[in-house]
Amino acid sequence: MATYLLRRFLIAIPSLLGISLVLFTVLALAPGDPFEELATNPNVPPEVRTALRAKFGIDDPVMVRYLRWLAAMAQGDWGFSFASRIDVDQLILQRVPVTLFVIGSSQILALAIALPIGIYAAMRPYSVFDQIANTLAFVGFSLPTFFTGLLFILLFSIQLDWLPFVYRSDISAEGWRWYWEHLRQAIMPIMVLGFFQAASYTRYVRSSVLDVARLDYVTTARAKGLDERTVTLRHVSRNALIPVVTLVALQMPAVFGGAIVTEQIFRVPGIGSLLISAMLANDTPVIMAVTFVFACLVVLFNLIADLLYGWLDPRISFG
Amino acid sequence: MTTHPVLSVDKLSTAFRVERRWREVVRSVSFTIGPKETVALVGESGSGKSVTALSLMRLTPRDSSRITGSVILGGRDLLQLPDAAMRQVRGDEIAMIFQEPMTSLNPVLTIGFQIAEALILHRGMSRAEAEAETVRLLDKVRIPAATSRIHDYPHRFSGGMRQRVMIAMALACRPKLLIADEPTTALDVTIQAQILELIKLLQEEEGMSVLFITHDMGVVAEIADRTVVMYGGEAVETGTTADIFARPAHPYTRMLLSAVPRLGSMAGHPHPVPFPKIDRTTGLPAPPEEIPDTVARAERPVLEVQDLTTRFEIRGGLLGRARGRVHAVEKVSFDLRQGETLALVGESGCGKSTTGRSVMRLIEPLSGSVLLDGEDIMALGERELRERRRKMQMIFQDPFASLDPRMTVGAAIAEPLVINRLASRAEAREKTAELLRRVGLSPDMAGRFPHEFSGGQRQRICIARALAVRPRLIVADESVSALDVSVKAQVVNLMLELQAGMKLAYLFISHDMAVVERVSHRVAVMYLGEIVEIGPRAEIFGNPQHSYTRRLLEAVPVPDPARRREKHRLSNEELKSPIRPLDYVPPERLYREVSPGHMVQVSDSAPPLPVVAAA
Repeated sequence: MATYLLRRFLIAIPSLLGISLVLFTVLALAPGDPFEELATNPNVPPEVRTALRAKFGIDDPVMVRYLRWLAAMAQGDWGFSFASRIDVDQLILQRVPVTLFVIGSSQILALAIALPIGIYAAMRPYSVFDQIANTLAFVGFSLPTFFTGLLFILLFSIQLDWLPFVYRSDISAEGWRWYWEHLRQAIMPIMVLGFFQAASYTRYVRSSVLDVARLDYVTTARAKGLDERTVTLRHVSRNALIPVVTLVALQMPAVFGGAIVTEQIFRVPGIGSLLISAMLANDTPVIMAVTFVFACLVVLFNLIADLLYGWLDPRISFG
Repeated sequence: MTTHPVLSVDKLSTAFRVERRWREVVRSVSFTIGPKETVALVGESGSGKSVTALSLMRLTPRDSSRITGSVILGGRDLLQLPDAAMRQVRGDEIAMIFQEPMTSLNPVLTIGFQIAEALILHRGMSRAEAEAETVRLLDKVRIPAATSRIHDYPHRFSGGMRQRVMIAMALACRPKLLIADEPTTALDVTIQAQILELIKLLQEEEGMSVLFITHDMGVVAEIADRTVVMYGGEAVETGTTADIFARPAHPYTRMLLSAVPRLGSMAGHPHPVPFPKIDRTTGLPAPPEEIPDTVARAERPVLEVQDLTTRFEIRGGLLGRARGRVHAVEKVSFDLRQGETLALVGESGCGKSTTGRSVMRLIEPLSGSVLLDGEDIMALGERELRERRRKMQMIFQDPFASLDPRMTVGAAIAEPLVINRLASRAEAREKTAELLRRVGLSPDMAGRFPHEFSGGQRQRICIARALAVRPRLIVADESVSALDVSVKAQVVNLMLELQAGMKLAYLFISHDMAVVERVSHRVAVMYLGEIVEIGPRAEIFGNPQHSYTRRLLEAVPVPDPARRREKHRLSNEELKSPIRPLDYVPPERLYREVSPGHMVQVSDSAPPLPVVAAA
């Protein structure tokens, strides 16, 4: 197990290096840099601009800049945000918890919906329940999150006035009230992301359970005299979940991508909206850092999926 | 039977709903099973024998099946019981074991848990009690070191051992009736003999009745007191096993019996003999036709294999370094002449398939030489090898998996012609028609897709595809093993006919000794990657010298209840593994010539081989 983990981390290093190199090069090739707006600002003399450029080494070749970035990164220096005038790591640390909270909760919500519905539907294929579940799932993943997001705002914030539609990080309340307010403003983004994911997970869980349900050992379990409930929960579900774990892990990049849109709609001050504002401001160090954090998260979730695999399936040994 | 039957089945019919219509697959089947009696339900695939068994347990899909008739067990009609009461019967009064030991145990639960489950459910035992009882059961089915193995997962066990676990699970609640659905079909013959012996023994000890479902007449003769022959969903004949074998009344039973390959039936025939053609209406065999000698003894052999060795490395650890090696094929030598069939026999893991693939370089051998028509295959570059492969073709075991389901059979047969630029599209079409005729199908079938054909027809298609490039050598890897007996006979006959017509050399890889006896000129017995005995067919079957060859021949069930064997010693010996440590040096093997061409390995006294645990 320890060897396995060590090996996985060793494998993760070159892939993260590769990702960072690609990201850095693409960003360097993109037109525009953070000092462009200084050019249009008449209060900044051109000499200052040139001095600044020289100071931050912007005119050096890409490889030199990449190596410099890498060296700084290795020492824990994430760079400086030109737009926000603070260190990038601080900026990211402010934003990451919100994103993880929203995405994490939405994934939990998605699985909490998809697992029972998918399993129940698969054990009674083509029943009325199955048909309804299928239809809803189809509707669910046909509707993009920016559409359902706006719909929710219209309904719950404007029509019913139950929930706030702008996410605030400066809530003045204290104690339980503070938690409640935070939760209340997170409900809509979590639901929008959660429902969307739940829709595709449901379809996947259903087909996975259907595959397992016709296997011999399920007949063996029935032949033992076990009731349907025990057969389903004990013998079918655990086996059916193994491929679902892969799906959830592989969906992670898409989930983060989707979260960028959702964060933008609900004004969630997460890492996704940070990315968008950084892009608009040509704030390269921030863009680089955020995309790199995304890459790390994706690699991490893949590792977690593999570990879960080993836990769910005794045939896989971490040798 | 004068005593009260344990189970009586009366006019049992089962229908499945297929696209809104009910299709009956079991029609009005009636039989009884007496106390301590073994009844065999025998028939070919699609005869409805497995569905009958599932119907008795009411395990057919609830919504899409309909069971009528009556199944009386202990005075109650199982078909009328409410669901909850039926669940009480399952696993407690009737238990069931299945064909595929590899898939009938849940891979994510320990075997101890899976056995204890039934005990906790039906006997209300506590976990600890159930565990103690489980250990007792595993001892009973002769699983070594039971106490230490109950917390192991199924993948840690071999096929034979898994089937023992299944039996332990079935016996857990001391059922009155055990239904065994082809329990030995997927096992090797020595393991099959062990499991049959075990079932017989346990039946005596526990005093239970057994319903044994099989397609293998040899197994029927071995185990059953009475036999029910099923055909097309109906029970066509019922009687004592001795009667059925001695005086089969129904034409189908006669046909089934004459199609069964019998070990020893070839004594006195110098060359392979086709299976007798069977008259469908009477079920009686026509007199066998002898075919002339097809072997070109004067010419240079088509295939000469010398010291062929193939090993696979097992990797692991931080840097993925090799930890051990599978010595799959170890210094194998043989030659094969035009028009000759050499059978490679042995049990799973003995390296016979790897040998076949190594000869064609589908798997890259480590060393040795393979000469095809005198040309060294091992020395060829990739392009030349591809070209030379035209001369050697392969037919696989599973006719369902070896044809592309999205390609018409015509396109599949024409493909080797077209990619080898042997024919234009129009010529290829013509040739395809001819090939289809040649393998006994009609040319207008070329436009159909594989799923429209039966298993036997698909195997004919695979043969036609292999013949398209006019090969010299055909490697037939268990090519008839998955087929029903009557179909198997037809395909074997086709192969013999083609051999005579096209002077083909066959490397016939099989575990089925009875078929091997019929088709081959010479036989090589493989064990742990090595040939332990090779020689003319009559010598190997009539005068086996190596202890393994003898064991293999002894284990084959004889389809004759009168010759039911004396009690074997009950062994639980496993097939050995060819995995060796990295520093293992295979010992030099010496061969002794028993008679011309009959060689036997003389290293029985070799020290026991060191074995490393599989990673």
